[in-house]
Amino acid sequence: MEQTTFPAQYKSDQPVRWCPGCGDHAILNSLHKAMATLGVAPHQTAVISGIGCSSRLPYYMNTYGFHTIHGRGAAVATGVKLANPELTVWQISGDGDGLAIGGNHFIHAVRRNIDINILLLNNKIYGLTKGQYSPTSARGFVSKSSPYGTVEDPFIPAELVFGARGNFFARSIDVELAVTQECLVAAGSHKGTAVTEILQNCVIYNNGIHSPITDRQYRPDRTIHLVDGEKMLFGKDKEKGIVQDGFYLKAVTLGEDGYTIDDVLVHDSHTPSNFLHQQLAMMDGTDLPLAIGVIRDVTTPTYNDALEEQIREVRAAKGFDSLRSMILAGDTWTVK
Amino acid sequence: MLPDTSVKTLDKVVVRFSGDSGDGMQLVGNIFTNVSAGLGNEVSTFPDYPAEIRAPQGSLGGVSGFQVSVGRGVHTPGDRADVLVAMNPAALKQNVRHLKDGGVAIVDVDSMTESDLRKALFTTDDPYKELGLRAQVVEVPITSMTRATLADSGLDAKAINKCRNFFALGLICWLFDRPMDAVERFLKKKFGKKPAIFDANMKVLTAGYNYGHNIHASVSTYRVESNDATPGVYTDINGNTATAWGLIMASEKSGRPLFLGSYPITPATDILHELAKRKDLGVKAVQMEDEIAGVCSAIGASFAGNLAVTSTSGPGLALKSEAIGLAVMAELPLVVIDVQRGGPSTGLPTKTEQTDLLHALYGRNGESPLAVVAPLSPTDCFDMAFEACRIAIEHMTPVILLTDAFIANGSSAWRIPEDNEYPAIRPPYLPQERIDAGGWRPYDRNEENLVRYWALPGTEGAAHRIGGLEKDCVTGAISTDPVNHEKMVMTRREKIERIADDILAQEVIEAGVPTDTLLVGWGGTYGHLRTAAAELTAQGIPVDLAQLRYISPLPSNMGEILSRYKRVIVAELNTGMLASYLQSRFPSAHIERINKVQGQPFLVEEVAEAVKSLLKD
Ligand code: SF4
Repeated sequence: MEQTTFPAQYKSDQPVRWCPGCGDHAILNSLHKAMATLGVAPHQTAVISGIGCSSRLPYYMNTYGFHTIHGRGAAVATGVKLANPELTVWQISGDGDGLAIGGNHFIHAVRRNIDINILLLNNKIYGLTKGQYSPTSARGFVSKSSPYGTVEDPFIPAELVFGARGNFFARSIDVELAVTQECLVAAGSHKGTAVTEILQNCVIYNNGIHSPITDRQYRPDRTIHLVDGEKMLFGKDKEKGIVQDGFYLKAVTLGEDGYTIDDVLVHDSHTPSNFLHQQLAMMDGTDLPLAIGVIRDVTTPTYNDALEEQIREVRAAKGFDSLRSMILAGDTWTVK
Repeated sequence: MLPDTSVKTLDKVVVRFSGDSGDGMQLVGNIFTNVSAGLGNEVSTFPDYPAEIRAPQGSLGGVSGFQVSVGRGVHTPGDRADVLVAMNPAALKQNVRHLKDGGVAIVDVDSMTESDLRKALFTTDDPYKELGLRAQVVEVPITSMTRATLADSGLDAKAINKCRNFFALGLICWLFDRPMDAVERFLKKKFGKKPAIFDANMKVLTAGYNYGHNIHASVSTYRVESNDATPGVYTDINGNTATAWGLIMASEKSGRPLFLGSYPITPATDILHELAKRKDLGVKAVQMEDEIAGVCSAIGASFAGNLAVTSTSGPGLALKSEAIGLAVMAELPLVVIDVQRGGPSTGLPTKTEQTDLLHALYGRNGESPLAVVAPLSPTDCFDMAFEACRIAIEHMTPVILLTDAFIANGSSAWRIPEDNEYPAIRPPYLPQERIDAGGWRPYDRNEENLVRYWALPGTEGAAHRIGGLEKDCVTGAISTDPVNHEKMVMTRREKIERIADDILAQEVIEAGVPTDTLLVGWGGTYGHLRTAAAELTAQGIPVDLAQLRYISPLPSNMGEILSRYKRVIVAELNTGMLASYLQSRFPSAHIERINKVQGQPFLVEEVAEAVKSLLKD
């Protein structure tokens, strides 16, 4: 099909104000490209955000945009989608906005399966308020509000999504432009709540937090790009693979310990069971490589479709054409 | 014209207990009577025994009833009951004619079985419909809860069943604030020699009382009667239903689909219930995960072009405050319904107050003006809900509708309006010519009323970004410019003030003889204050009344009205919120106050007495 929309159409005329070198720049570019690929016209698109560095993003889009209040983006986006299901709705959030103050709205949006696309830009820090630990910061993390290290465990965004019974989860890294685009196109095509976590580098307050996994020299061995229908291979020369080992997943080197390519799992993001998807999503780049790409993409009924359908059914069954006709069908009496 | 209404059944309430002759209705009726008398109530009773002494259990002939009127000025057991307790279908059938329209029927839902319905000669499975019941039905699992309460009592099933009447009594005691210890004294007297039965009855009584507490059961013992009998088709509605229907009317008149984002809270939940049913009219009523999500989903729906509403009560209004500020800043239409209850904090969830006024007016960060309106009566909830929507849409602003538990639960006969009785609501859509001309900005305004245009997502050529950050008054881009900020603050304020040009002038209900005393009230106290003013006038103390429905902005003739009177007395169910608001607006007015903060409506008599004592000075 001929592409009728182009990335430039989705760019607004506002100067982008993120710090030079911030991972958000690359994500914004990937989003413009993904939207152009999806081909939904800018005026049919609404981009909603809460508060935080990442939440500035709607101002840089030439779509309908609403920069709301801290943590509430998912609730506002829910209202937008339900009010006008014709719109394609994107919600941009960060680890603080989406998982701390907005955690409740996040899990309930996922549970309801509202057809919105949530971008969760995870930099494991509060940037806008100048460097406090976030709900995704590792235990012991030292920040301005945790000078002696945190004494709490972080959320793993994927685990929350699965806990909330999510049916779409993808992950990328800010610098992996092609993978980010791939994830966002899949998210945009998915009917239902689609969560895409993007590991994003905050150069100012948390520079290099993802480096042990994402730096060029480590990336081949510590990440794996999952592609539907393809073997789960990683390493510089794709010499390593993921195999099933009892109840667990295991990383092996082909040709070692008797493992061959036949033992390596083939990715299937569409299988209804989320058992393997969860295990893949929980791989963290230590013993097992961190998974990027579309990890789970299963279609189930959306809240917005079910709502429209129920309204159609009830209207057809009752047949009222106005408030007055509904009231007159109840108990009334006449005064002459 | 303000409706000519009066409040009735102020000081007394009629309760009717009914059940099988073996259900002990006379006993609990007598206890309730005695406890009430002990509290200083006047009482009058009417035991209504079955005609047949040995009629079969559950049959129509075997129904026993006990009616009691308690309160002040009680001379008879009352014509019809405000509250009917029916322990089985036969009791419901036999006694429904003794229940007032709009009253409350408390029914043991466990007894509504197929066989009991047949014994009572019901022909369908829907006894309420079959009876044409015009009452609020409260279904309570009296039998099963009694059994559960006494499961470990060691009593046999028959003895346990005999305690059901005390569950009903406990619930009635909760509804009418009868203290448990007074009931306990009567039980001691009666069952003192049978400690097992005493204990069982006390337990069940307490369980019934706690049940009322847990489900926030409440009944309105007040009825606002319309004295105007315009020909037409009538129905009975309470304030919450009227509110819900007013919103639907506004949706029909504006062409904007209705969206409610809400979260259950007493005493506002019935608005959510009603609108959830109204999927049959295309309404989207969404129960969100919390109060904040309720208002935020509504703001999203408003951005997307719906008539967006959120409903709540005081604690929920507090939670929604930040989001309402966003709607102020983004200049989006939004209707926030606050069914006021006793506060602060959880306060008195089922009781009425007017203590959220200052919160509604000022309870947000920053300079955050919006419109506040308050209906006068259950039926006026329809009109003011409609008005709130009209103002919200036509002036692109959040509007807070302040009802209260009293009018929300209170019911009244209401003439169903004809379709042409309400005006069209005209959303300030962005005109196509402006889109075609190019250069449109999100904060371009109509110069007359300062309203910005509503460009609905999906419209080609009108894509724009809005948000909570201050915007440049011309370009609509983010701006921290100090002078621009002040200009935007003043513009938002002035936009609200100019709504005064678009609302009705304040009416004064005149005594008919010259007077220099003006009684001022607002919202749901109308029925009581109007009756009080009329009674005072009849006693030779003429008093005019101004009952406010529009509070922000005030009607433009408000200052002029206040200046006409030497004595201005503001009566309200708080410690003086409207009084201080008016005083700040009109510093030269001499404002006196009548206040009550008991979780109860005014009594006509106490207002009249308070006015008299002020006028003595
Ligand atoms: S503070 Fe960090 S996250 Fe925020 S814009 Fe700068 S680099 Fe990006």
